[in-house]
Amino acid sequence: MESINNRHIRTVNAACLRESLEHGGCGECQASCQSACKTSCTVANQQCKRQERRAPVIKHNAAV
Amino acid sequence: MVHTFEALGLKLALDTGSGALHQLDGIAFDALNPDPVERARLLSRYPEREAEAVARELDELRESGALDSPDDYDASLLSEPGTVKAMCLHAAHDCNLRCRYCFAHDGTYRDPSRARMSVEVGKAALDWLISKSGSRRALEADFFGGEPLLNLPAVKEIVAYGRERERGTGKRFSFTITTNAIGLTDGAIRFINEEMDNCVLSLDGRREVHDRMRPDAGGHGSYDRALEGALRLIEGRGGKSYYARGTFTAFNLDFTNDALALADAGFEHVSVEPVVASQDEPYALRPEHLPQILDEYDKLAEAYVRRRREGRPFSFFHFNVDLENGPCLRKRLTGCGAGNEYVAVTPEGRLYPCHQFVGRDGWEIGDATTGAFDSDMQRVFASNHVLNKPDCRACWAKYFCSGGCCANALAMNGRLDKPYELGCAMQRKRLELALAVAAIGL
Repeated sequence: MESINNRHIRTVNAACLRESLEHGGCGECQASCQSACKTSCTVANQQCKRQERRAPVIKHNAAV
Repeated sequence: MVHTFEALGLKLALDTGSGALHQLDGIAFDALNPDPVERARLLSRYPEREAEAVARELDELRESGALDSPDDYDASLLSEPGTVKAMCLHAAHDCNLRCRYCFAHDGTYRDPSRARMSVEVGKAALDWLISKSGSRRALEADFFGGEPLLNLPAVKEIVAYGRERERGTGKRFSFTITTNAIGLTDGAIRFINEEMDNCVLSLDGRREVHDRMRPDAGGHGSYDRALEGALRLIEGRGGKSYYARGTFTAFNLDFTNDALALADAGFEHVSVEPVVASQDEPYALRPEHLPQILDEYDKLAEAYVRRRREGRPFSFFHFNVDLENGPCLRKRLTGCGAGNEYVAVTPEGRLYPCHQFVGRDGWEIGDATTGAFDSDMQRVFASNHVLNKPDCRACWAKYFCSGGCCANALAMNGRLDKPYELGCAMQRKRLELALAVAAIGL
């Protein structure tokens, strides 16, 4: 990784799981097996249908 | 728990508890080595000042909750069963192909009558789903089989009924269909492209791979017919979602070539899935295949990135992890929702936890025509979430896969809560690559 501002770590995605407890759970999202796999469940590629209510994502040391 | 790994030339760290993903340089990667003795040895190679600077950055991340964050989420969050919101409608237990790896035994689910769903049963199933869905607005119904196009007139009537029921209930049906693309007349394509929010087209990739595993009832390959129909369908899709979905087996462990064959044929959205089969079958994936499969996923990811950089992108289902707008924790804990939020309906109206359970003795969960629903069994599936699966506790990927497919777990290990190990190893590899793709930012 090319170091910028002498940083060694670039945060690609900030912490968000615990925060999602606050606004999540509406259940309007797609059932994961209704998509393409039908056998190899990947939940993390389902989109949240409630994005407009989500807390803003804050990136740590995002400039690195 | 922090998982450090290298993929696509990047050094990365995933913080399991928070979901934060970090890209690291060499010294930061070494500073997160899980073995303290090895970590000290590695760090001794760097100037002390550099090691201290890395330590400060890591401390900042820990303080902000983006590293070494607790992942001890409370299982009581999920103590109550969910609300049923999705169903798989088995429009036909019949098929015009004889795919050698079909989990449904030539699409019949061992039903000698090769039954097709009547309009009445389909309507009763949608009524049942609406009655069970509580305040959920978005409902899903996937037409599946066998081959659902063998019963297209009924599918059309069931969809029309669903649209009618949307009015007055405030519900919105998302209809989808999974088809082998053999019976795609112009009329069928028009209907699918108007009504189906997603269409899964079963194509295995290269002609020889497809024809070997997907012959018709007369033993003839189906590649040309399937490809021709599927291409006509996507031409009129108008931007709506679809997937060309292949299955790879021990016969095509070089499945990158099949994913690329689908992309080269004109499909932008591609999925290639590992076959799940009895270990007795010659095409079954076995533990000794794993090193080659994992290498092949690397090749697929490299090709995926290369094509994106060259301006001829395709999407691969398992690399589409959305880090910023992905699912909430509750969703990540509960997974696909089989038997809890999701059921399959046979042509006669019998309910099962999902399509993979259909016909398995002892797993009938209700009947859409009578309204019967086994809430005790629903509770069993509701409590089978990732926090209750012993093998998942120490796994870094647990909030991405939710403990995997419980039908596979049952088939391979005889119990719902013990994941299929080979499937887990492939899943972890796909996730590492998906995270690397996200870090690259393509």
